[in-house]
Amino acid sequence: MVATAATGSRAIAAKGSLRREETLWAYVFLTPWIIGLVVFILGPMLFSLVLSFYNYTLGGDYTFAGLDNWIKAFTKDEFFWPSVWRTFLYMLGVVPLSVFGALGTAMLLNQGLRGTTFYRTLFFMPHLVPTVAAIFIWLWLLNGQFGLINELLFQGTYYLTGKGVVGPNYFGDTFWALPSLMMISLWGAVGGNMMLIFLAGLQGIPQELYEAASIDGASSWTRFRHVTLPLISPTMFFNTVLACIAALQSFEAAFIGTGGGPAYSTWLYGLHIYRTSFDYQEMGYGATLAWILFIVLSIFTYVQFRASRSWVFYAGEGRDG
Amino acid sequence: MADRAVTAGHAAPSTGSRPSIRPTYLLGRFGLHTVAILIGIILMLPFYWALASSLKQVQEVRQIPPVLWPKVPQWENYVVVWNVRLFTNWVTNTFFLTIVGTTGIIFSTSLAGYAFARFRFPGKPLLFTITMATLMLPGYVLLIPNFLLFWKLGWLNTYLPLIVPFYFGGFVGGFYIFLFRQFFLTIPHDLDEAARIDGASFPRIFWSIILPLSLPAFATAAIIEGIRRWNDFLLPLIILNKPELYPLSVGLRYFVLTPDTQPKDHYLMAAAVLMTLPVVILFFLGQRYFVRGVVMSGIKG
Repeated sequence: MVATAATGSRAIAAKGSLRREETLWAYVFLTPWIIGLVVFILGPMLFSLVLSFYNYTLGGDYTFAGLDNWIKAFTKDEFFWPSVWRTFLYMLGVVPLSVFGALGTAMLLNQGLRGTTFYRTLFFMPHLVPTVAAIFIWLWLLNGQFGLINELLFQGTYYLTGKGVVGPNYFGDTFWALPSLMMISLWGAVGGNMMLIFLAGLQGIPQELYEAASIDGASSWTRFRHVTLPLISPTMFFNTVLACIAALQSFEAAFIGTGGGPAYSTWLYGLHIYRTSFDYQEMGYGATLAWILFIVLSIFTYVQFRASRSWVFYAGEGRDG
Repeated sequence: MADRAVTAGHAAPSTGSRPSIRPTYLLGRFGLHTVAILIGIILMLPFYWALASSLKQVQEVRQIPPVLWPKVPQWENYVVVWNVRLFTNWVTNTFFLTIVGTTGIIFSTSLAGYAFARFRFPGKPLLFTITMATLMLPGYVLLIPNFLLFWKLGWLNTYLPLIVPFYFGGFVGGFYIFLFRQFFLTIPHDLDEAARIDGASFPRIFWSIILPLSLPAFATAAIIEGIRRWNDFLLPLIILNKPELYPLSVGLRYFVLTPDTQPKDHYLMAAAVLMTLPVVILFFLGQRYFVRGVVMSGIKG
């Protein structure tokens, strides 16, 4: 009797200490991440919010500026609104083309073609090229005089019409520079991660649905519209949100490829933040610009989540909530 | 995972029962192959152009009309680039930063993933939510304050900012924590329980049970982060301003900024090819793991 009671209470005590031990070890394992979270992510984030209410250059004094930086962005900074609209334009150019392009290549790879693995690897290659290398390659590819694209354009039109078309100097042209940056991004995107994610989504669609639709006499367009599209919509939503976030933060191509020019035609918002903070050393104002981007991204993502309720179809879930 | 593409997909119509389908089916297949090959050719054009240009003689580089393939491929161009001042430094630096940074992020995020997958502890839901929320943060919000932090610590023009944060999860650690957690959850709990009863400590369970069973997850994280570290541009750009410290991504830019009377586009293309090569090799070595990681992030997301 005594023995069982003793073991019983010992078991309870052991269980309590086990729970404590478990908690202790969990936090031991989490220590590096929690430190990183505080020191390199949450702390800096808060600090940059505070910084946005100050004027500060590296090595100088912090002078309190109140809402000046925030007001400056919306009313006085002549580069702010143009760079905002330009960045949205860039996003509107890149996102639909890359999302539908990636869906297209994924559907092609989902046809059970012989050699699909080969095609998949081939399509994915551009995504692997380091952005810096890709930019240099495209600068040279789209070179007005010596580039392959204009040569193909000239030869092609010459062959077809007897009169060769001379293409523009893409990166030196205020109209063509931004679309050229879009091309670099698109090149890596149509066969990149998005394609792989779509492919996995497509493979998750039960074959019976297609068979049933075929028996009902549905055309391939109808099957796409009423089977593929609704069932792939969660994947599509995920890809679209991520592509938008990436496009709004685009920086490297504009920085390396064009430096924002010609005549500010590729002065994207990310470049504006970089120049303000690190070239002009206006750290406080740079922090403000970064926070505006953060707020816009949050609102944007929230709106997309809200809007997704009307077009994203989650199989097996109610539509309320 | 996506390897199933070869066998899955739209099943071929059964042969025999309706022989009239065969010709149109074959025509359809032929059409699909044509489209796939065309897309492949278009996507490969920049590679071809980079390679062709990298092998040109200096007088062929800026010739009108452009030379589509050099008369005599100049493989020496690659030797010239390799011997450009500091180029080997940049290669070594990039390898060093990639390996050290990737190791750090794998170390810190796999441990955190283990805690989230296997432990019950107070504060877990909140911490997990915060972890996932950090993925939505634009890098710019962290860039300026971290730059100031590194400046304050006297870390500018050293590798510390490009190494130390990664041993604490880096700036996108949430992604890998999620990846590891998802993978660890698929390992049967009974294995840990049995080890616990045998008196194994938690670090020991992680080291001798979880880790050996999760090598694919580690490979996935290593490949994805390895490529990210290799390509990293913005952080080294603001931290380093001594050319001998640059990684390739920043050095390549320096390469193009150097004034020179001779055209050097062919050298730049050779450098771009050289920078791409290790990524492509890494991808081919671990293609399976890479695809799995990407797909995992998408489906569960």
